[in-house]
Amino acid sequence: MDPISHTAVASSNAQDLAWVVLLFPLISAASIPLGVGRSRALTHAMAIGAVATGFVLSVSLFLLFGFTKGGIHATPLPWLSVGGLKLQIGLTVDTLSTLMLMVVTGISTLVHVFSTRYMDGDRDYPRYFASLGLFTFSMLGIVLSDNLVQTFIFWELVGVTSYLLVGFWHEKPSAADAAKKAFLTNRIGDFGFILGIILVWSAAGTVQFTDLAAKFHTDPRLLGGLTSLAGVLIFLGAMGKSAQVPLHVWLPDAMEGPTPVSALIHAATMVAAGVYMLCRVFFLLDLPAAWPGFLATLGGPSALGIIAWVGGITSLLAGLIAIQQNDIKRILAYSTLSQLGYMVMAVGCAGPDAAMFHLTTHACFKALLFLGAGSVIAGCHHEQDIWQMGGLWKRMPTTSICFAIGTAALCGLPIVTSGFYSKDAIFASALAADRPVLFAVGVLVAGLTTLYMARLYLVAFLGEPRSESAGHAHESGTPMTLPLVILALPSVTLGWLPIGSFLKEMSFGGGHPHYPDSITDILFDPFNHSPLGAVLGLGLIVFGGFVAVSLYWNATVDPLPKTLGWVSTALRSRLFFDAIFDRVVVPIHDAIAALFGLIDRWLLQGLVVRGGSGAVDLVGRGLRLVQTGNIQTYGFLFVIGVAVLVILALK
Amino acid sequence: MTPGIHHYLVVSALLFSLGLFGVLARRNLIVIYMSLELMLNAANLTLVAFSRFNENLNGQVMVFFIITVAAAEVAVGLALIVALYRKRRTADVDDLTSLRF
Amino acid sequence: MPVLTDLLFYAFAGLALLFGLLCVANPFSRNPITSAMFLVLTIVSLAGLFILLHAFFLAAVQVLVYAGAVMVLFLFVIMLLDLRQSEERQIRILTIGTGALAVAAIAGILIRAVIAAKPLASSPGLAGETKALGRLLFTQYLLPFEVMSLLLLVGMVGVILLSKKETE
Repeated sequence: MDPISHTAVASSNAQDLAWVVLLFPLISAASIPLGVGRSRALTHAMAIGAVATGFVLSVSLFLLFGFTKGGIHATPLPWLSVGGLKLQIGLTVDTLSTLMLMVVTGISTLVHVFSTRYMDGDRDYPRYFASLGLFTFSMLGIVLSDNLVQTFIFWELVGVTSYLLVGFWHEKPSAADAAKKAFLTNRIGDFGFILGIILVWSAAGTVQFTDLAAKFHTDPRLLGGLTSLAGVLIFLGAMGKSAQVPLHVWLPDAMEGPTPVSALIHAATMVAAGVYMLCRVFFLLDLPAAWPGFLATLGGPSALGIIAWVGGITSLLAGLIAIQQNDIKRILAYSTLSQLGYMVMAVGCAGPDAAMFHLTTHACFKALLFLGAGSVIAGCHHEQDIWQMGGLWKRMPTTSICFAIGTAALCGLPIVTSGFYSKDAIFASALAADRPVLFAVGVLVAGLTTLYMARLYLVAFLGEPRSESAGHAHESGTPMTLPLVILALPSVTLGWLPIGSFLKEMSFGGGHPHYPDSITDILFDPFNHSPLGAVLGLGLIVFGGFVAVSLYWNATVDPLPKTLGWVSTALRSRLFFDAIFDRVVVPIHDAIAALFGLIDRWLLQGLVVRGGSGAVDLVGRGLRLVQTGNIQTYGFLFVIGVAVLVILALK
Repeated sequence: MTPGIHHYLVVSALLFSLGLFGVLARRNLIVIYMSLELMLNAANLTLVAFSRFNENLNGQVMVFFIITVAAAEVAVGLALIVALYRKRRTADVDDLTSLRF
Repeated sequence: MPVLTDLLFYAFAGLALLFGLLCVANPFSRNPITSAMFLVLTIVSLAGLFILLHAFFLAAVQVLVYAGAVMVLFLFVIMLLDLRQSEERQIRILTIGTGALAVAAIAGILIRAVIAAKPLASSPGLAGETKALGRLLFTQYLLPFEVMSLLLLVGMVGVILLSKKETE
């Protein structure tokens, strides 16, 4: 077989498989309200079947096509063509997307399985699985998209479906509010995103990733003075979805959704979408800094610099806030923010490979932690305050062990956890990008992470039960523990795979990928490769762990509010972000809305609409006085009209 | 003078005008209706005259059809007048001005 | 005898116009029945003109359908409605004036058009043979002929529906 036809066959196979992976969750989601939902067993069998098939196919896609440098590209289907804008629908099958596919479908499958027990007895069981399927479909759409507009469409779909899931218990006002908040906050980011897309399209004349990459490769100055602006605008979209400061406020509130949903949103899907998108368009962000006019004279930073700093600040602030939270899900939510900050920082430090590596490992252990939290919450009769728990390790051994593994991975315990390796890759990229301050922030946050996670574990799982419900805690059965055990495995082992280096070689055009070659080399790779980050990180982990143990070993109340005073109050109030939004952004927004309301009501509705209709109405009232209703008057006028016309015609 | 087509046409025009006057000046709906019939007959006369002087029978066929349609039209029209009279107790057009406003 | 037919034309035309005038604007009676009777006479005069034009079949149809069926229908409705009280109303000068104006305009235009028109080249010659007319109706005009029967049926149904007493 000659190489050309081989490529063609491969590309068509890859496309077909990818379409199946993409559409299966949609089909299952559509069939549930169309009748399958009548039977609970059929509902979850269908939903799990769809994503599990997706996972198997994703793995095959990765094994078959993930090792092709640059990916497999088929001719996309034409969709619409408006003026100079030609839109196409196509799927990207390359290392980056297939890796992400595996993460999304894998975590989604486990979340589906977990949900069968967690949501058991819920009135809207079918609606839950339908929403979950739709959400998974939207996320897969982002992953597989091969152009910016298609990405944006699925991006919005993720927004809508996350609204459905976060607000799943919409009878609760707090859940409805949280869903609305998530949706609106994301909207701000999306506005920037679409502006960025338009900017890029107007300069390059295409939205296809491959075409864009080629164009910007030949001419990095294609966007002129708008280069950095375009990067920042596109990053704005990621800021919304990946919850970067100051658009992070929706994420902790999104905990109002069912816990498995939190696991899915926080681990593998929605928030990961931002980071994934940044990696996808990394070639756009990596361009040399260029600002229009006066900004250039000020020496504006590059887009990557801004991204790196936003990521660093997010990770630091979220880590600090997490220390003084008491709700088990909120602690995890802020830890997600912090870890997302890491990933975004890694992208900003020109290390999208490190970001994707951390995204992958984080997906596993964060899903593990959230599902573990779900198991705890279910076991403790929906108690979420860690100070009302305690001593859970005796009553929920499986959950406790898995949660411990997840905690260790999140902290980045050396050698035995995956988090260690991916986190170290991020530190290494910060150093390589020559950003020592961000490197220091990263290492510091590693210490903070250990502090708050150790606090969580010590208070919730060790010690003695501090409440009735904690005393009667129990495991909730195989559908809930099995996903934990399955997730514990990659949480430990995933870091041993050279995912970062592999991605660098395959998708990000890294020149000299570094692959360890012996077992010791694999295990101690970070110490050899970037010793400073590994050693400092280890030191701070030990320090953080030590502080946590000294403060919280057998503690019954949190000692920090007393010792830290106003600092603790500030952290508990989540550094006043919500208050600032309420006091500053909301009034300004209300004022602008009121202004536009006035314009609309008086100028548009009053003058233009009512004025227009009023004028017509008046003329009509005047003209109807002409009517007599007498048929003979009309007949007379008609005859006169005919006479005039005939005279004119005969002339 | 031997009557030619002009004579017939003039008679037809005068008859037509008479009918038109009836439609415009009389107030009784039934009389208006009869005036309409008169106008229709005037048109028939024109057609027959043209048929004769053009040596073409098509005009006569047309008149035949017009008479048939007129018969149907009279039946429906008079039924309408009867229905209207039942509702309004009048057949005077001056009283039937509800199409105004 | 060309002279006799010429005289007959003037006689029938004059009668038709006279009866027509008495039908629409009878100075002695405004009774609808009077109008109806004069309309019958107008139609009969027209039938005479038809005969002079050699349209024998049409003349027969004119008398049968118009003077017979249609006029009976008119009379029937007039008697059904019993419209005597409307006779008392005043004649309005304005109505008469405007009507006359419009009619004068139309009549003037028509007659002027007739006079201005070029006379036809051909002489009167076509004999309105009933046979020929029938042949034409059942060959070239067969479809309209049949459609016409359908129209009559529809008209009949409509009339029954319209004049039916409302059952409430």
